[in-house]
Amino acid sequence: MSNGNKAAYLRGIRDGLPIAAGYFAVSFALGIYARQCGLTAAEATLSSLLTNASAGEYQGFKMIAAQSSVWMVILMTAVINARYLLMSCALCQKLSPSVPLWQRLLLGDCVTDEIFAISAAYPGSLNPVYSYGAFSVASPGWALGTLLGVVMGNVLPANVVNALGVGLYGMFIAIIVPPAKENRVVAGVVILAMLLSFIASHLSFMTDAMSVLLITVGLSAAAALLFPVKEEEKA
Amino acid sequence: MSNLGYIFLIALVTYALRVLPLTLIRRPITNRFIRSFLYYVPYVTLAAMTFPAMIHATGNDAAGIAAFAAAIVLALCKQKLLTVAVAACAVAFLVGLI
Repeated sequence: MSNGNKAAYLRGIRDGLPIAAGYFAVSFALGIYARQCGLTAAEATLSSLLTNASAGEYQGFKMIAAQSSVWMVILMTAVINARYLLMSCALCQKLSPSVPLWQRLLLGDCVTDEIFAISAAYPGSLNPVYSYGAFSVASPGWALGTLLGVVMGNVLPANVVNALGVGLYGMFIAIIVPPAKENRVVAGVVILAMLLSFIASHLSFMTDAMSVLLITVGLSAAAALLFPVKEEEKA
Repeated sequence: MSNLGYIFLIALVTYALRVLPLTLIRRPITNRFIRSFLYYVPYVTLAAMTFPAMIHATGNDAAGIAAFAAAIVLALCKQKLLTVAVAACAVAFLVGLI
């Protein structure tokens, strides 16, 4: 590995550690749910290693328990995880066009909410090795949490597991607040997104994944129309 | 279908969503609207995912609100990711004890 790549990888590991801790707490709860849905520890762990998606796996386990049809599984999985399509679109603009296909195939597996967030915040063009570094600690945390959730759902005191649950959100705030402080449009967009999300959470016909998707598409499009970014403010 | 069949199907659909734009879009997008749209996507999506979900994440809304407030203040002071995340957990834990 070149020195630049090594530094990027180590930096990814450093930024991936809090993600791994947060994942552990969330996937622990996911593991408990997997068990309720009739999955074995091996099946749930395999799912977490392959999929790395909280809402997507949660919905997936629910559909496995219900023995849903193949088309239902494909459709619901696509709807719940549609934000990854947008994140991937945003991320491809942060890659140098010279990044080869195999790196893009590898980076695709790393597009989780949190690794996307830190990758999007990477200064300048994204070195995919940074995302691999974060993924290499975060993904085992996710899989291990799922495994332990299935086999011993009550190993940690409930209040510790609960408190760890806010860690991921704390990280999201650390990512979106500093740019919002510098840029009034970003600040307005962030506040409005939270407000709309709050309203949507009281609409019983909307799942969380649906409301996040609709708010993301609608509000980003409105902001792009009203406040197009100047060339130097590249995403 | 077996559980394993479901698990592979879900993983495949999820991976397709993540990898298609990264592999199919190789050039910088020049359209100003699309560029602006993609510039706002991370902020909107992370903000919408954070609130109000963070408030309810611990099962104790007071702890969630305290953790949210602490994270906002620390982020305004430009603290590191880890600092903000750990402080939010610590605040949630302490308020949960009350």
